[in-house]
Amino acid sequence: MKLKSLLIGVASSTLIVSAASAGSITAVSWGGAYTKSQVEAYHKPWTAKTGHQVVSEDYGGGLAEVRSQVEAGNVTWDIVDVELSDAVLGCDEGLFEEIDASMLPAGADGTPASDDFIPNTITDCAVGNIVWSTIFAYDFEKMPNGPKTMADFFDLENFPGKRGLRRGPKPNLEMALMADGVPADYVYIVLSTEEGVDRAFAKLDTIKDSVVWWEAGAQPPQLLADGEVVMTTAYNGRIFNAVAAEGKPFTIVWDGQVYDIDLWAIPKGAPNKDLAMEFMVFSTETEQLAAQASWISYGPVRQSSAALVSSYHNQPDLKMAPHMPTDPKNFTNAIQNNFAWWADNQDELNERFNAWLAN
Amino acid sequence: MDTIVETLKTADGTPLKKKLQQSLFRNKLRAFGLVSPLLIFLLFLFVLPIALLLWQGVYDPRFSNLMPETSNILEDWDGVSEPTEDMYAALVVDLVNAKKNKTIGKVATRVNRELSGTRSLFTSTARKASKLKAPFKKSLKKVKKKWVEIETWQAMKVASNVYTVGFVAAALDYKLNADGSITRQEEDRRIHIKLFIRTLEISLIVTLASLLLGYPIAYLMASLPLRTSNLLLILVLLPFWTSLLVRTTAWIAMLQGEGVMNDLFVVFGFAEDDDRFSLIYNKTGVLIAMTHILLPFMVLPIYSVMKTISPSYVRAAKSLGATNWTAFWRVYVPQTIPGVGAGAILVFILAIGYYITPALVGGQDGQMISNFIDFHMRKSLNWNLAAAMGLVLLVIILFLFWIYDRVVGIDNMKLG
Repeated sequence: MKLKSLLIGVASSTLIVSAASAGSITAVSWGGAYTKSQVEAYHKPWTAKTGHQVVSEDYGGGLAEVRSQVEAGNVTWDIVDVELSDAVLGCDEGLFEEIDASMLPAGADGTPASDDFIPNTITDCAVGNIVWSTIFAYDFEKMPNGPKTMADFFDLENFPGKRGLRRGPKPNLEMALMADGVPADYVYIVLSTEEGVDRAFAKLDTIKDSVVWWEAGAQPPQLLADGEVVMTTAYNGRIFNAVAAEGKPFTIVWDGQVYDIDLWAIPKGAPNKDLAMEFMVFSTETEQLAAQASWISYGPVRQSSAALVSSYHNQPDLKMAPHMPTDPKNFTNAIQNNFAWWADNQDELNERFNAWLAN
Repeated sequence: MDTIVETLKTADGTPLKKKLQQSLFRNKLRAFGLVSPLLIFLLFLFVLPIALLLWQGVYDPRFSNLMPETSNILEDWDGVSEPTEDMYAALVVDLVNAKKNKTIGKVATRVNRELSGTRSLFTSTARKASKLKAPFKKSLKKVKKKWVEIETWQAMKVASNVYTVGFVAAALDYKLNADGSITRQEEDRRIHIKLFIRTLEISLIVTLASLLLGYPIAYLMASLPLRTSNLLLILVLLPFWTSLLVRTTAWIAMLQGEGVMNDLFVVFGFAEDDDRFSLIYNKTGVLIAMTHILLPFMVLPIYSVMKTISPSYVRAAKSLGATNWTAFWRVYVPQTIPGVGAGAILVFILAIGYYITPALVGGQDGQMISNFIDFHMRKSLNWNLAAAMGLVLLVIILFLFWIYDRVVGIDNMKLG
């Protein structure tokens, strides 16, 4: 009897000690080069600083998994990297924990967090980390006089060959309108009318037969490398990674880019909520965001990070700034994905897009 | 005739018939005991979840749970007349509560499926709802003009149905209206019927193609000496043991524009270098890859049936004067029908629900219905519609199975 209670005592005290000294959270992100950049810039420094482990998991975006975990009351994820639209939708549906923005520290240069983060990157339930963009890219070895503008992407006469596009209406409709001559500022105004949507689909019709549709972010660089397409829309970080890490001869066309942000959000009922909050605050500090930018060409959402962004992690000659979506030279004709507009219209446009694709 | 029959009894005096029944019952119980773990397993982990999921195709209590007052009053509304002040008052009560309980997002999502643009209408109005004053019609109109439009109320009325055929109708390109009538979906949004037909077409072609390819292979394996046929069997099974994803991506490498097949076509002059065949990311690619992947399911049942056919039947036919063809067609083939039936139905049923291969190589005209079920499960989060599509697919399969039973007979099927 004595021995038994002693054993229980020892066992429970070790449990408490181990829980306090080395916790572990499950961080879920998009995989590939992007997750790698987070592991290097956030996870490893956090583990070094606090001793807590970060288990990395991949997913393909969307709220399906979070929703089924929360609704089944069996949440296994502690923190998830989500798009702005999903952060807002999920918050409205009560799938994410609310965030107290006041716990975010000031930037390294002393700017308070509320001014340091670029606008709209802190929401009720999520804190932004990077700005990413959908651009289009081509292989300059095959096309030395490559396309320069969004309109060129839709120009089959001067630039014949297959194109890669993301399967789905977003952001193809925006790009189609910009290619059709709609100024960036007016894209969503035009799209809000019946005629505007018709116009976007009509523009897509002109290249429909030459399109290879992709879904996962890893596909476009592969399609381009295989010669399956001559140009393709893609996430800018994936193309940058193919160029910087694999030496592929790809060129990015920034005209008509549609940028968006990614945020950390914590599923409601996450098993290690407090640790996840700590991790969220740590990873969105100036230094960590700047460090991430040396691994992938996504722009930090803190303005104070810009000064610390230098070159690619293993190539000192490769300056990162010109490869960021937010670099002034790249930013001349750009729009931000309008999540509120998409939240209102995505059901109908998804249907219409799918029907259009099947015809 | 003497009618007195003495009842047979066992040693302990019970009638034999009763004793026999007892022992048979005990046997049955034992047999049931043996299969019951599997039965319970299937019931709880297979039948029940599927039934619960399919149930969502006709059952949707979300709106009426979260907006109880509005749903109550909408029940008596005819769907065409002007909404009354009472209805507006009920709506405001629900909006205030939904905002407080943080359920407004769910309500907005649900109604937005019926009418685009209502999501922001609900979320933005709910933020101000607690400050609204009577008369509510007027104050809601001031917040957003959409509130006095009848379409908004019709969308809520449709969403408030707890038991609804709306999703099944949507899965068949029809639309449930607020007055209970069902009309066809607008032309540029019709898609599902086309997809069901395409799914059946692809499954049928894949079944026929694997029969044409698989039958000779099975025949060869059954007629060769054991050592060679075993080697062949391993060759059939080898791709079977390889991951589905690996096989599908291997086909991408084979068939793509710059792939092996197109390179060969160019070398042999079947195609111009700058005008290569599109063999992948379309229906052709799906047919080729799926036929290859499902081929073993056709070969194995046919082979196992052929193995049991005694060669003496064909010999006898020939010695009675039949030509080679007649002996094969009239004597051999009919005996393989059970294997062909089993293989065909196996391949067809697997093909009809296939989705990984079409998702990877389907492009735009090779997508099947499962890809859209997947889309609504994972991307659009319209689980009700996904369930309704699954329900329709299940009904179609059961119907085809019934036809198969009438025409070929399910007892004729033999898996080995």
